Amino acid sequence: MSGSSKLDTDEVILDMRNISLSFGGVKSLIDVSFDLKKHEVRAIIGPNGAGKSSMINVINGIYRPQKGEIIYHGKSRKSMHPYYAASTGIARTFQNIALFRGMSVLDNIMTGRNLKMSSSMLMQALYWGPVQKNEAKHRRKAEEIIDFLEIQHIRKTPVNRLAYGLQKRVELGRALAAEPEILLLDEPMAGMNVEEKQDMCRFILDVNDQLGTTIVLIEHDMSIVMELSDRVLVLDHGSKIADGGPVEVRNDPQVIKAYLGSN
Amino acid sequence: MKALLEETKNQVFPSLLLEQAQVRGNKPAFRLKEFGIWQTWTWAEIAQEVRLLACGLASLGYQRGMNLAIIGNNHPRLYGAMLAAQSLGGVPVPLYQDAPVVDIAYALQNADIQFALAEDQEQVDKLLDIRRDNELVGTIIYEDPKGLQDYRDAGLHAYDHLLQLGCDYDQAHPGFFEDQIAACQPDDISIMLYTSGTTGRPKGVCLSHRAMVSAGAGGVGFDNLTDKENVLSYLPMAWAGDHFFSYAQALVGGFTVNCPESPDTVMLDLREIAPTYYFAPPRIFEGMLTTVMIRMEDASWIKRKMFHYFMAVAKRAGIDILDGKPAPLLDRIQYAIGRIVVFGPLKDVLGLSRIRVAYTAGAAIGPDLFRFYRSIGVNLKQFYGATETCAYVCMQPDGEVRSNSVGVPAPGVEVKISERGEVIVRSVSMLREYYKNSEATAEVLDEDGYFHTGDAGVFDADGHLQIIDRVADLGRTRSGDLFAPNYIENKLKFFSYIKEAVTFGDGLDHIYAFVNIDMEAVGNWAERRGLPYSGYTDLAGKPQVYELIAECLAQANQDLSRETTMAGAQIKRFLILHKELDPDDGELTRTRKVRRRFIAEKYKVLLDALIQGKDAQYVETQVVFEDGREGMVAATLQLADVKTFPVLKEAA
Repeated sequence: MSGSSKLDTDEVILDMRNISLSFGGVKSLIDVSFDLKKHEVRAIIGPNGAGKSSMINVINGIYRPQKGEIIYHGKSRKSMHPYYAASTGIARTFQNIALFRGMSVLDNIMTGRNLKMSSSMLMQALYWGPVQKNEAKHRRKAEEIIDFLEIQHIRKTPVNRLAYGLQKRVELGRALAAEPEILLLDEPMAGMNVEEKQDMCRFILDVNDQLGTTIVLIEHDMSIVMELSDRVLVLDHGSKIADGGPVEVRNDPQVIKAYLGSN
Repeated sequence: MKALLEETKNQVFPSLLLEQAQVRGNKPAFRLKEFGIWQTWTWAEIAQEVRLLACGLASLGYQRGMNLAIIGNNHPRLYGAMLAAQSLGGVPVPLYQDAPVVDIAYALQNADIQFALAEDQEQVDKLLDIRRDNELVGTIIYEDPKGLQDYRDAGLHAYDHLLQLGCDYDQAHPGFFEDQIAACQPDDISIMLYTSGTTGRPKGVCLSHRAMVSAGAGGVGFDNLTDKENVLSYLPMAWAGDHFFSYAQALVGGFTVNCPESPDTVMLDLREIAPTYYFAPPRIFEGMLTTVMIRMEDASWIKRKMFHYFMAVAKRAGIDILDGKPAPLLDRIQYAIGRIVVFGPLKDVLGLSRIRVAYTAGAAIGPDLFRFYRSIGVNLKQFYGATETCAYVCMQPDGEVRSNSVGVPAPGVEVKISERGEVIVRSVSMLREYYKNSEATAEVLDEDGYFHTGDAGVFDADGHLQIIDRVADLGRTRSGDLFAPNYIENKLKFFSYIKEAVTFGDGLDHIYAFVNIDMEAVGNWAERRGLPYSGYTDLAGKPQVYELIAECLAQANQDLSRETTMAGAQIKRFLILHKELDPDDGELTRTRKVRRRFIAEKYKVLLDALIQGKDAQYVETQVVFEDGREGMVAATLQLADVKTFPVLKEAA
């Protein structure tokens, strides 16, 4: 299942250098460096409060690090900006579901197309001229995602009536609607049962494999991390303690210590 | 209707296709919902696609006399592949798409399959697995390329690529397609359908073009069906019923066949299409009714009141109005109002608003269930058939519909009851043989050409056939009372709380029953009573649920006590099984019929405990999960008694 042999290029598409982030006196990330290669599944693991979500928030520009450098698309910058990140192909899902609860699955996924729509809000509101043709095009794309994630049967169902596992899948769908180059998944399998987890694993691998999307994944379940990821970054109390292939990382004494609290 | 039979007498399916393409080329032949939109193939388009497909298959070496396995969910292109194989004088062999790999491997081996058309990656994976072990399925064509881009296996072709090959081949060999069709004879085998294998290994039933076409023509004529019919094709393509309704009748009558988007969306698609002609086994009608009832209970009181008021009107007068019989004027007026405020919206929600004719078969249907649909104006009827008879033996004519019989012999069919009480049938629409199994063929086809159905039946005073049970299943208790297990089980299954039942009694002192509760109905019942439960096993073991089921069984016993022939066969004791019976565990056939003998052996401990009069019994059971892994389920089951009733003298 694991597509570890697929790394045909070593092209680094995102390079995070010496990132430090603090909120007042709380140091969330301390001098963390890591890179992201095209088409890989990159897991970020660590105990609670290790700085995993902070790292994802730095990548898509929600947090601005105090120190460090981000090299993205060949350009060095001090921090990202959410709009810039989204429009250049970085999409994400959230640890807690952040969908429009009263809207249908289809509409939620369509919102993910927003940045791809060329017409202005006024034109869209009037639903006039090229907007109609555009909408059909975007609807088609949304339908392809619905087909991909096998959620045809709930296309018109309001999201708040769905089971948790399906909501997570819809959230993945909305992120995919932006046709991202890099997909940031913040604990996509938290709170799921075994079957839902297996489904989600399969979809993540499919996304990586068939759509060629580079994936950054925060996950607690080690067996899933081992199965899915090509490389693993381990954080503990804001610092990087290991970085490498899944087997290597699992056998790292420091990682074992951080996870199990003993030697 | 004679005319239609005469017209199609010498037709084969590919020639019917060409005729439909000529007569109604612009009319939709197939629809498929894809990417949220219904895509249409007109008769002309499907004919052209079949042409390219046939030429493509020929270019890959497919020849007259070969078999073509077809495996996947209902899809216009899969039906097209059947036509393409037939055009070349080959035989399509549709297989159950959810069958385990071993079953599929058996069929592939038995039918010596070299060519297969698979719907998607899932099916291709199964076929490739099988290919690893033996020399079968050298050529595999797949319809949906999702996930298959990186497959490098030999002989694997995308459907679109095959069409391209076909296009080239067609240009290089003009007239090839027409010549191939002209060489097809009505007595050639048109299709091979594997029986579900209630007893032993599945057998390939070979049916000729003539058999299937005349069955289709007979059915179309019987109900005056026209090219305006819309059908929803959602039952497995490997099943005779689907082949009869969505293929034979559709090609004869020029229907539009609609294929659902995915197996999960069938009920939504049903509503969007609103078919005019519909077939479903009783369990689907039952499922619909259960959903309606549950939703009604959650509805506001005013809606509930309205529903019950007008359902009472429907119960009183609905069926007479449907059958065009006299009914009191007041009832008619109330029914007309009911149609606007309740029946119409209800039928619309169920997707039955445009139904002209609906059929059910495959199992007995509960009288209440049957009456419910007829009373709200759905012309639901029953028919009787078997794979070996093209699913075509008896049908209920309009106005002569009842729940306990299956109708009169269909046009062109001769039906008799043998001395053993078995239903025997003779018509053009008989199987030619079981594939490579002359022994089995000889067992069911006698010298006079009668097919022995294995069903025990009687004709009632009006000439309607009643099916009682399987001849082989009929038994007697030790005291000599007649025991018809299916008959009793069906009675039990008519209770909405009971999903499956298995009864034992042949050669025993009493009748004993295993019951599966209906998770949806009992779960809802429990919720309304504030009875907490964690899952099936937990719910099934609740004492309250035992009381509920015991009441149902007692009521069934009371019913039985009124029937002279069956009165001695009342249920004495029962238990609720800790797991749902499942085809994957071999307990049900793929068509969801219980395999009584298998169950008796598998749960021998439980049956013995019932017979010995124990109150509880511990049991461990092996189960197979959907992904093929195996596990154990253990539970201690309660055993309980049922109230029985003294035999009532008739006319008392």
